[in-house]
Amino acid sequence: MMSSTFETVAGIIAETCDIPRETIKPESHAINDLGIDSLDFLDIAFAIDKAFGIKMPLEQWTQEVNDGKATTDQYFQLNNLCTRIDELVAAKSA
Amino acid sequence: MRLEYFQLIDRIVELDLRDQTIRTEARVPTESTIFEGHFPGYPLMPGVLLIEAMAQTAGWLVIAVTKFTRMPFFAALKEAKLRSFVSPGQTLSLSAKLVHEGSGFAVAKAEIRCDGKLACNAEITFRLVEFPSPDFRANMEKMAAILEFPMGTLAHG
Repeated sequence: MMSSTFETVAGIIAETCDIPRETIKPESHAINDLGIDSLDFLDIAFAIDKAFGIKMPLEQWTQEVNDGKATTDQYFQLNNLCTRIDELVAAKSA
Repeated sequence: MRLEYFQLIDRIVELDLRDQTIRTEARVPTESTIFEGHFPGYPLMPGVLLIEAMAQTAGWLVIAVTKFTRMPFFAALKEAKLRSFVSPGQTLSLSAKLVHEGSGFAVAKAEIRCDGKLACNAEITFRLVEFPSPDFRANMEKMAAILEFPMGTLAHG
């Protein structure tokens, strides 16, 4: 994970959800640790999509979690989320 | 407008899938029980209904952009500004532009003009979900026909 990705994402979360920046860590889980609900996550997704020029596949991720094919950790723990973002950015420029 | 059916727009005037914009129009009815309460002797179109009119306008744009595969549900409203009074009998020109189509959500900016003057504007976020049932979708298609939704545009967009 690129550290700059985490810095950007943490900044977006802090600003969007009014969460103190220092409480947002790479190992934080957006839902379980930071208490971000699905509506707030839409704002975050909007800001992340814009900041990185990507479209995070939230519908696909949610479906995978609902089907038991993935855990929420894989997508909503911030270090994992940032890895997904890096992959999407790389795929876009490939 | 058919306020009793919560139909806040009358007609889709223009839909541009390339620019991701829409224009609609609506005429505020001259009489409604709503105006008896809002306000007695001083009838005004409620701001919340103007916001709903913007949401319906932007919602039809989202339905068009997603080619009738998703139903947009009003999820969030930002920077809503009610700039001038709207009275019974006035004709409204509404427009919306898609700001972002995300996965499972969309964001649009919308506005209403009366006689060319900006009456209100806002940024609206929708959750996009699959149509809850075939009947639901069929009802939306019926409403689309009432609003003169240009179905042919979807094939060419």
